[in-house]
Amino acid sequence: MITLAHFIVLGAVLFCIAVAGVFINRKNLIVLLMAIELMLLAVNINFVAFSRYLGDAAGQVFVFFILTVAAAESAIGLAILVTLFRNRATINVGEIDELKG
Amino acid sequence: MNFNLHDLALLAPEDFLLGAACAILFIDLFLKQTQRAVTHWLAIAALLGTLAIVLCAPGQVQTAFNGAYIHDTVATVLKTFILGLVAVVFVFSRRYLDERKLFIGEFYTLMLFSTLGMLLLVSAGNLVMVYLGLELFALSSYALVAIHRDSGVASEAAMKYFVLGALASGLLLYGLSMIYGATGTLDLAQIRAVGGVGVNGLAQHPTLFAFGLVFVVVGIAFKFGAAPFHMWLPDVYEGSPTAVTTFIATAPKLAAFGMAYRLLESGLGTLAPHWSQMLAALAALSLVIGNLVAIAQTNIKRMLAYSTISHMGFLLLGLLNATPAGYAAAMFYAICYAIMTAAAFGVILLLARAGFEAEMIDDFKGLNQRNPWYAFIMLLAMFSLAGVPPLFGFFAKLLVLKSAIDAGFLWLAIIAIVMAIVGCFYYLRVVKVMYFDKPADTSALELPRDLPLRWVLSINGLALLVLGVLWGPLIGWCYRAFGLPG
Repeated sequence: MITLAHFIVLGAVLFCIAVAGVFINRKNLIVLLMAIELMLLAVNINFVAFSRYLGDAAGQVFVFFILTVAAAESAIGLAILVTLFRNRATINVGEIDELKG
Repeated sequence: MNFNLHDLALLAPEDFLLGAACAILFIDLFLKQTQRAVTHWLAIAALLGTLAIVLCAPGQVQTAFNGAYIHDTVATVLKTFILGLVAVVFVFSRRYLDERKLFIGEFYTLMLFSTLGMLLLVSAGNLVMVYLGLELFALSSYALVAIHRDSGVASEAAMKYFVLGALASGLLLYGLSMIYGATGTLDLAQIRAVGGVGVNGLAQHPTLFAFGLVFVVVGIAFKFGAAPFHMWLPDVYEGSPTAVTTFIATAPKLAAFGMAYRLLESGLGTLAPHWSQMLAALAALSLVIGNLVAIAQTNIKRMLAYSTISHMGFLLLGLLNATPAGYAAAMFYAICYAIMTAAAFGVILLLARAGFEAEMIDDFKGLNQRNPWYAFIMLLAMFSLAGVPPLFGFFAKLLVLKSAIDAGFLWLAIIAIVMAIVGCFYYLRVVKVMYFDKPADTSALELPRDLPLRWVLSINGLALLVLGVLWGPLIGWCYRAFGLPG
């Protein structure tokens, strides 16, 4: 029997993987963007699970909004990545360090 | 759930701004570069038109779209200053953009959409609305930071802003999902009414509710730029074109206050004893880190970034009181901070020329000999940021300190005062450099022919002096917004 708790734990695990992906990743900016997407998907699992459990459709409507915004967000993220690559010729997180102090 | 066309009438400011932004986006396509001033003036007219609609709206509290949109005096005050400040930023940035080949329609439309996001955010009555307003504002501002496409530092700053901003939104959203799970509703007023003891929600799970609160507080702290979630702020301030920095440093802080008020008071007000402890820790860290690290800076934009962090600490002192008087003090502080910072960045924009950013503190050497008037405006901005009476910043600081002491956080008020004195050091250093150091170039400063910039900057600077004496009506308006006698 799969209960609400299973979904919440799945959401939490995905969320932790995403946060770890943002902080531990020192190589590639695209992986970082993927981690950010994963974070939003983890939230979506939470919303859908709660929505189903509570019998309230509002949570699933919120998921549609999150999916749409996530698409816009990755479009902007990739656009910034392209300008960054054109200026620096690298997408290595470790080399993006001109601003410091 | 029913859709009512009358609801759109209550959203008149947002409707107008959306229509105007779309119209400007379209009109700009047909303009030659020599006619770009049309976009500039249309954008300012759109903001002032929206401002007029905001000010003409009736005073009583009303909601639209099943409570998703709230019209009240808090929203009116915040919208008034957000719109006014963005219009000021437009006036300040025109010459700067023109000299860097950035005088393009995208700057104006992105700014207008970002402003629209902020207006929706401060009127949000529903978690969906909070998220959408926040993202509309944030996504536009990520693109704004990267608007100088050939600049390496600008794209780096945009990337850092994007990653940390998206992370903050993710954390906030995770918190919102927990709160939804614990209360079974997305409506802020109902969340407050249910208060974690759900009707059909997870009544036995106050833990879930508190867990959600932690994530929401972290998300809000990111958006404010409060330590220890401040890492993006100095890099974004330094890397973005100064015109965009001026925008990011001013109006969004008012929107962040609006968001904090809606989420923490309208939604999670029942958990006030918990979140005021968290805000106290954030405030203490912001005050200490902001003021101490600012001392080491040689770049004035970066120094002002750390100064922002410390000012966010002061703002949180008002917020953590969790009473109407505390919120009024915090809102007054946010308004005061935004006006002071606009003046400081205005002087940087005035001094910047093609190929010269005027972003090092040394670039201000002997400014008094070269142009006494704008040195005086910068002096007013710096003294006001430091909190020297009788300037505007002093009274704002006084009110938030009083509210922190009233809330029983005497230790925090002591830290704040000590750190305000530390802060004087780096603000006064700029004044010392302007008045007592010898300039490298003793010729009189060549002033730009952009008269609106010079006039608005002078008015902005003098407003710090005038509001420092006549602060009564403004604080009265803030008090009335939170239902206190003005």
